[in-house]
Amino acid sequence: MEELPHPYEKFLRKDRIPHIWCEGCGNGIILNCFARALDELNADLDKVVVVSGIGCIGRVSGYTNTDSFHTTHGRPIAFATGVKLANPELKVVVISGDGDLFAIGGNHFIHAARRNLDIQVICANNFIYGMTGGQMGPTTPLETWTPTTPYGNIEQSFNLVHLAAACGAVYVARWTTLHTRWMTESIKKVLQKEGFSFIEVVSECPELFGRYNKMETGIKMLKWFKDASQVQHFSDPAKAEITPNRIVVGEFVDIEKLGYTKLRQQMTMRAAEKK
Amino acid sequence: MTAISIEKPKAIVRSGTRFMSGDIACAEGALAVGCRFFAGYPITPATEIAEHMARRLPEIGGVYIQMEDEIASMAAIIGASYAGVKSMTATSGPGFSLMMENIGLAVMTETPCVIVNVMRGGPSTGQPTMPGQQDVMQARWGSHGDYEIIALAPSSVQEMFDLTVQAFNLSEAYRVPVFILADEIVGHMWERVRIPEPENIKIVNRKKPSVPPSNTFASFKPDKDLVPPMAVFGEGYHFHATGLTHDERGYPRTESAEAQTKLVQRLCNKIRMNKERIIQVEDAMLEGAEIAVVAYGIAARAALSAVRKARERGLRAGLLRFVTIWPFPEEQVAEVAKQVKAIVVPEMNCGQIVREVERAAKETPVIFLSKLGEEPHKPSEILAAIEGVQK
Repeated sequence: MEELPHPYEKFLRKDRIPHIWCEGCGNGIILNCFARALDELNADLDKVVVVSGIGCIGRVSGYTNTDSFHTTHGRPIAFATGVKLANPELKVVVISGDGDLFAIGGNHFIHAARRNLDIQVICANNFIYGMTGGQMGPTTPLETWTPTTPYGNIEQSFNLVHLAAACGAVYVARWTTLHTRWMTESIKKVLQKEGFSFIEVVSECPELFGRYNKMETGIKMLKWFKDASQVQHFSDPAKAEITPNRIVVGEFVDIEKLGYTKLRQQMTMRAAEKK
Repeated sequence: MTAISIEKPKAIVRSGTRFMSGDIACAEGALAVGCRFFAGYPITPATEIAEHMARRLPEIGGVYIQMEDEIASMAAIIGASYAGVKSMTATSGPGFSLMMENIGLAVMTETPCVIVNVMRGGPSTGQPTMPGQQDVMQARWGSHGDYEIIALAPSSVQEMFDLTVQAFNLSEAYRVPVFILADEIVGHMWERVRIPEPENIKIVNRKKPSVPPSNTFASFKPDKDLVPPMAVFGEGYHFHATGLTHDERGYPRTESAEAQTKLVQRLCNKIRMNKERIIQVEDAMLEGAEIAVVAYGIAARAALSAVRKARERGLRAGLLRFVTIWPFPEEQVAEVAKQVKAIVVPEMNCGQIVREVERAAKETPVIFLSKLGEEPHKPSEILAAIEGVQK
């Protein structure tokens, strides 16, 4: 049988496939939506840089057929800051995980959002550290089980959309990997938006989070997303905590604010003209 | 390599004879050699470098950004370098510790960049306004794994300018992070500096790929000098870089012993193999010397004075000064050791470079003079050690 080319083949480094992700993992869905968004925008791939940190989704930068950099754990946003400022023509997209961006890298996230740096951050939130075996992280829901919370998690979890909105992000959305069309539309939107944008994608890790919490297949996890998600556009992100019964999805913030790149350009002009 | 294009940039090189501090001279040296990106975090006694860059870089279309910490500063300069702009950061001990993680990333991804450490007294917060030479081993070994870096030790304000220029040139030539290991005295001291005309400043730029973009482009394939040409983001190469062990395509090779050996040995060998071109030392009155003082940075100034006084008193002393600390000038020390009865090593720490000197000096006795706190070594203290040997 003749092998048909994948419709998004040009967005992938074919010599890096097959990927390392497990069966039932949500990361491939996120990569697919990202490729679809680039395709629908007819984006110039020479001007896109994908930056990721460490973790399962961190490997995504190795699979995208653009310039890409796989940083140290937690540092993709700080690295991306240097890239964007050194060459403002580039679209610098950070795709990384909840542990990478919000535990070890939390400081960089809040400050890039505060600066309104013109980058796009897509977070695959699988609730745990997948690469190291499913340990609890900053988004692990209360009273769930992981290898490092063998008696149930007693820590409150981050509500990422609330955090991003509070830090000043101009665009904040949350989707699950079931909401592929909306996720794609969000990615398209942020790729054209000035300032700091954030998309949280609630993603399934049946191998670890699922297995420890009675959802040991991708289908079971997606069923949870289907049953629990409620689309509520522009609802209060403060009230959007993820619970077993409720995952509020939708756009939370979409505002216009002068981006850091433009402010820097203006300041540079002032400095150069000053006698 | 300018981050922001502006119509009429102000003069970049402030040629002429000027009076300035070591920190400012360092910043001016960076600008003169083409640095257009600085990311940093305020810290005594390096803050003046950041302040000067914050004022000067925008005037010429460059970028200064104050990051949230030194971890981020180090990550940002790697990003800027990969976007094609010469970049640097400046810090002191506590910030240097935080940078270690991404210094390893810069080594692994062969990123040209310059890190200035204006050393103060440690450990921990230590003595922020006092000088030290306590980070020289951290510069060499502070990040995990095996690697080689280059470190230069200025001992005057003039050298803060000159060696910063050289640091950039070395980092571009070898695709390696290069350190300026200054100290609080050299950083804060004001002296006369001669800044050359732009045409007299040697500028080395990284090698660019000689092949056009293609889907077989090998972004980490070295030339004969073991240094790969460097593609930058946005030129169409669609290349990948990672802190993982990788092959010549830049792709992760986490399970291959062969890939690990090949990559890590090359990262070390590209510096080791070229060390004769990299290492700089200076000597004074070593001819016929029976006692050598081996010193670097601020301690070398007192050492020179001590050696002169010793000669005045008829003692045959000489000075070997390291301009390059890493790679270590082992052969130069060994050569001197063959000729002298003893070597005196003054350092503002509890004994760091002296261990390297002992190793290179083999049978020749090495006398260590430690100094901590406010004052550098007095020439008289070093002279006393020289006299002690002669007795």
